[in-house]
Amino acid sequence: MTALHLDPTRSFQGLILTLHDYWARQGCAILQPYDMEVGAGTFHPATTLRALGPKRWNAAYVQPSRRPKDGRYGENPNRLQHYYQYQVILKPNPTNLQELYLGSLEAIGIDPLLHDIRFVEDDWESPTLGAWGLGWECWCDGMEVSQFTYFQQVCGIECAPVAGELTYGLERIAMYVQNVDNVYDLNFNGGEGDDKVTYGDVFLQAEQEYSRYNFEIADTDVLRRHFEDAETACAAILTAGEPEGEGGLHACVLPAYDQCIKASHVFNLLDARGVISVTDRQSYILRVRNLARQCGEAFLKTEAGGAGKVAA
Amino acid sequence: MPDLLLELRSEEIPARMQRKAAGDLRKMVTDALVDAGLTYEGAAEHWTPRRLTLDIRGLTSRSADVREERKGPRTDAPEKAIAGFLRGAGLDSIEQAEVKSDPKKGDFYIAVIEKPGRAAEEIIAEAMPGIIRSFPWPKSMRWGPASGPKGSTYNGIEGQGGETMRWVRPLQSVLCTFGPETEDPVVVDFEVDAIRSGNMTVGHRFHAGGEITVRRFDDYVGKLEKANVVLSAERRKDIILHDAKDLAFANGLELVEDEALLEEVSGLVEWPVVLLGEFEEEFLEIPDEVIRLTIKTNQKCFVTRQRISSPLDGEGGSHGEPGEGGSLSNKFILVSNIEAKDGGKEIARGNGKVVRARLADALYFWRTDQQDLPDLDDLKASADELGLDLSKPLDQRMARLDHLIVTFHAKLGTQGERVRRIAALAEELAPIVGADPAKARRAALLAKADLQTEVVQEFPEVQGAMGKTYALLQGEDESVATAIEDHYRPQGPSDAVPTDPVAIAAALADKLDTLTGFWAIDEKPTGSKDPYALRRAALGVIRIVAENGVRLGLLPKIRFYMSFHLMRDKDIENKLRNWHELFDINEMPEEEWLQSYRRVLGPHAKEMEERFPLELVSKSADLLSFFHDRLKVYLRDQGARHDLIDAVLASGGEASLSPRAGEMPGRAERGEDRNGEPLSVGSADISPARGENQQQNDDLLLIIRRVQALGNFLDTEEGQNLLAGTKRATNILAKEEQQGLSFDQPVDPALFEQDEERALFEALEAQEKAAAEAIEAEDYGKALAALSKLRGPVDAFFDAVMVNAEIASVRANRLALLHRIRNAIGQVADFSKISG
Repeated sequence: MTALHLDPTRSFQGLILTLHDYWARQGCAILQPYDMEVGAGTFHPATTLRALGPKRWNAAYVQPSRRPKDGRYGENPNRLQHYYQYQVILKPNPTNLQELYLGSLEAIGIDPLLHDIRFVEDDWESPTLGAWGLGWECWCDGMEVSQFTYFQQVCGIECAPVAGELTYGLERIAMYVQNVDNVYDLNFNGGEGDDKVTYGDVFLQAEQEYSRYNFEIADTDVLRRHFEDAETACAAILTAGEPEGEGGLHACVLPAYDQCIKASHVFNLLDARGVISVTDRQSYILRVRNLARQCGEAFLKTEAGGAGKVAA
Repeated sequence: MPDLLLELRSEEIPARMQRKAAGDLRKMVTDALVDAGLTYEGAAEHWTPRRLTLDIRGLTSRSADVREERKGPRTDAPEKAIAGFLRGAGLDSIEQAEVKSDPKKGDFYIAVIEKPGRAAEEIIAEAMPGIIRSFPWPKSMRWGPASGPKGSTYNGIEGQGGETMRWVRPLQSVLCTFGPETEDPVVVDFEVDAIRSGNMTVGHRFHAGGEITVRRFDDYVGKLEKANVVLSAERRKDIILHDAKDLAFANGLELVEDEALLEEVSGLVEWPVVLLGEFEEEFLEIPDEVIRLTIKTNQKCFVTRQRISSPLDGEGGSHGEPGEGGSLSNKFILVSNIEAKDGGKEIARGNGKVVRARLADALYFWRTDQQDLPDLDDLKASADELGLDLSKPLDQRMARLDHLIVTFHAKLGTQGERVRRIAALAEELAPIVGADPAKARRAALLAKADLQTEVVQEFPEVQGAMGKTYALLQGEDESVATAIEDHYRPQGPSDAVPTDPVAIAAALADKLDTLTGFWAIDEKPTGSKDPYALRRAALGVIRIVAENGVRLGLLPKIRFYMSFHLMRDKDIENKLRNWHELFDINEMPEEEWLQSYRRVLGPHAKEMEERFPLELVSKSADLLSFFHDRLKVYLRDQGARHDLIDAVLASGGEASLSPRAGEMPGRAERGEDRNGEPLSVGSADISPARGENQQQNDDLLLIIRRVQALGNFLDTEEGQNLLAGTKRATNILAKEEQQGLSFDQPVDPALFEQDEERALFEALEAQEKAAAEAIEAEDYGKALAALSKLRGPVDAFFDAVMVNAEIASVRANRLALLHRIRNAIGQVADFSKISG
C-alpha cells in the first residue's frame, strides 16, 4: 500500500507526485511551474517556445493557471479562478503516445476496465498564442479529464516536428478519484482527522479574495497601462537582442516572452472586469498574438530553437 | 474470383467524419482499380472510431492485355514529323512501326503498342499509397518523427519535412490481403510513410490484447467480434437503439429517440454497452428541451420520459418524437465502450456526476434568466427609446442587447438597430395580415431578447422557444409569446409556418428585413454559398404568404425596407418612418412614390437622387426576381409546370401593357414625363413597362393562384384549343415584329373584309372586357373562361381568313387584330411560354 500522503486516490499531492513519477520514467524532465501568471500550462515557455524548432524536448510540470473570469467567490463547487494543470510535452510525439497516456491514467488509479475512457474529437486552438492542433478531449465516464493535442502550429509557426501535448485537469481528476463533489473538500495531503489539509484550507480564502480583486477591485486604467507597457517592452527587448549578423543568434527571447505572457494575463483581467467590447477584444487578442509570433520567430534564432544546427 | 480486404487503422477518427470517409475510401479504391482495367462484383465499406475497412469481392486477378494502334504520319512525311511520332508512341526506330496503305491517303505509319495485363496485387500496391496520402479529410494533421524537417532523424526515423503524410489523426497500420477463397490470400505489399502493409490488426483498445492475424473479410469480422469490436456501424446502432429501448422499458420509461445522436454515439464506441444513469428530480424544473440538449450536447446521452402507453402495447408504444408522450424523467441512457468489471456501476455513477454538474449550471441559467439584471440603470436609455418595461426580465434582456451594441453584421448595424427596424415593419405589416399592430410591435421588440438569456447563450438552438417560455412567465399575451417563437419559422421546407396573425407579421418583418439588408450590401447567395440562409428566408416568405393566403404587394415593401439599409443614417430613418405614416405606398405608382421620397427627405434628396434610381430601384427589382426564382422552385416542388409559372410571370409584360393607342392615352404621356424628370438618372434602364410588370407580379399569392387557374384551364379541351389558336397568332406576329414592325395600332372595323374578322373583333371586345373585369376581381378561372370563348372565333378566323392580304392596310389591320388577341390573353399569361 502506498502511504496515504502519496496515494493518488487519497491526496491531491499524491496525484501530482504519481504523475511526476510516471512521466519521469518515460524520460521527461520534471520541471517546476513557471513563476508568472498564465492562463494555461501551454503558456509556460517549456511548451510554447520549446514546441518550436527541430530539437527533441520531453518535459512535464504542474502549472498553476489563472482564469480571472471563472472566479465564483469560492461558492461554486466546480469553478476556480486559480487551478492546476498537469502538462506533458513530448517532441516529436512518440508513436505510442495514446498508450503512454492511458498508462498514466492507470498509474493514478483509473482502471480502463472499470472506467469508460474515450477519445472525443477536439480541435484545440489558442487565438492569443497563434497556436492550433488536432486531438481529443479524453473522457473518463463522461467527464473530460485531459486534453490531448498534436501541435500543428505555435506562435503562428509550423511545428516541425510535431509535439504531443497532454494537459490534465488535476482538480477534476482528484475529485473523481477521491469521490468528492466539492473541490474544496478534496484531501490535499492525505492526512486524516486533525492532520487532514483540504483544498479549501489551502485555497478557499484565495478564491474569495481574488474573485473580489478580479471582478471589483482591479484598476482598469492601470491594467490598460500595464498592457501597453508589456507590449512596448516585449518589442524593445526583442530588438535589443536581435542577432548581429546574418545567421547570428538572438540574444534575448525569454525575457521578451515574459512580457507577452504578462500582456495576455492583463488582457484576461480586463476581460473579467467587463471593460472590453466585442471589437476591443479582437484587437487585444491580435496584439498578444503578434507578440507571441515575434517571440516564436526570435526563438528559432536561438540555440534552444535549433539555430545553426540540425536536430539532435 | 479473389477478394480484397483493406483496413486503415487510425487513432480515434472524429465520429462526424467516419461515414463519409469510409464511402470516400470505397470510391477512391474502386475507381483506381477500374481505371487500371480491373473489374469487381461488389464493394462494401465499414467503419469504427479506429478503422476504415473496405471489402471488395470478385475482383479480377489481372487486367486484360491491351493492344492499341496509333496512327502516324505518311511515309513521305518530313523527318521531324516522323521523329515526333516515334517519341509519342515510344518507339526506338521507324522499323518498329508498321506501314498501312490507304487508297485515298497513301501509305502511312502505324505504331502498335501492346500493353500486357498486370497482376491485381501490383495495381493495388501501386494505387494505395497515393489514395492514402491524398485522402480528402475535412481537417488533417502531421505527427511524429516524420514531421521533422528534412535531414533530421529521431529514433531512426527520418524527417520528411513538407512531404510528410497528413491524415485525420495518426495512421497506425494498414492491412491489405488479396486472394481467392480457396487459397490463402497474400498480403499486398506497399509502404506509405514508414507504415508497411500487412495482415495484422488489433481488437478493442481495452478488452483485447495483442495483434490479430487476418486472412480475409469473413475471418476478419469474426475475429474482431471476438476481440470486442462490432465492425458494422449499422449493427452498433441497432444494438444501442434496441438495448436502450429495452433498458428504458424495464424501468417503466421510454427512450426519447434521436437519430443524429445515435449516429454520433455509434461512432464513439467499438463495443457498445448501454447503461442507465440518474440525476436529482429537482432538475426537472428546467424546461425539457434544455435538459435534453444539456445531456445530449455535452454528454452524448439520451433522455427518457415517463411512459404513457400501457406496458401491454409492447414495442410499438416506445416510438415517438421528442415532445410527445409523457414528461421527461430523471433517468438518462448512456452508451459506454466497455463491459465493465462491476457491471457499469462506476461508469453510471461518473456520468451521473457530470450530468448533475451540467444540469446545475442549466438550472442556474434558467433561474437567472427570470431575475432582474444587476445593471438596470445603465439600460434606461435603451429601454426608453424602445418602449420597454424594465420591470420585466425579457424587456431587460432586450434593453441590454441594445445597450451592449452587439453587432448583427458589420455593414448592417447592431442587433438593437435591427430590432427597431423589425418592430416598425411588423407594426406596419400588421393590418395587412389581420394582426393587432401593437401586439405585432411588442412581439418583434421581444423576438431577439432571448439572445441575451443565459440559456440561449449556452444552447443557441433553443432561441425563440426560450423567448416564448420567458414571455409567458412574465405574463405576455399568448399571441405575442407565440410570435416570439414562430418569427424564426419556417426554418426549412418541412417546418410549419406561423399561423397566428401576430406571428405572421413578426416573421415576415424579420425575413424581409434580412433579405433587403443583405441585398442592399450585395451579399447575395451564389451557387452553393448561402451563408446567411437567404434562400430559406425567401422561401419562408413565400410559404407564409401562400399557406396563410396573405395578399401583399412586395415591391413597395422591399423598396421601403431596403431604403433603411441603404441610408444607414438615424435622421433619415426617422424621416422615412414618419413619412411612411402619411402615405399608403402600396397604392402608389413608382414615380409618384419617388417624388414623395424627395419631398420628405428634403436636404437628403440630393444623395437620394444620386443613389436611389440606381441602387434602390435596381436592387429592389433584383430581390423581387430572386423571389420569383424561389417561387418557381416552390411551385415546381408543389407539382406545378415550370412553363406555366414562366407564362404567368411573363404576363402583364410588354405585350399587354403597351398602351393601346386611343384607349389609354395617359400611360404613354406618363412614360415621357418620367423620362423628362431630373430624378431619372437610372430610370432610363427601367422602362415603364418593366416597372408596371413588376408591380403587377409582386403579389406572390396572386401569382400562385394564376398558375393554378392556368393549369386547370389547360387541362380542358377549350384551353388546349385556345392555346393552339393563340400560339398561331403569336407566331405570325412574332415574324413580323422581327422585322421591326409593330401592330399595336387600334383595329379599324372599316377595313374588315370578311365576317370572320368582324366576329372575332366582336368576341374580343366582349371577352377582353369580361376577362379584365374578372382579373380586377382576381377571379382568374373566370377570366380564362371568358377568354376561352374566343376559341371559336379564333379558329374560324384562321380557317377562313388569309392574314397576308394584298392590300397593305387590310393586312396591317388583321395583324393588329392578332396583336389584340395576344394582349387579351396576355392579361393572364404569356401563352408563348407554354409548351405543347
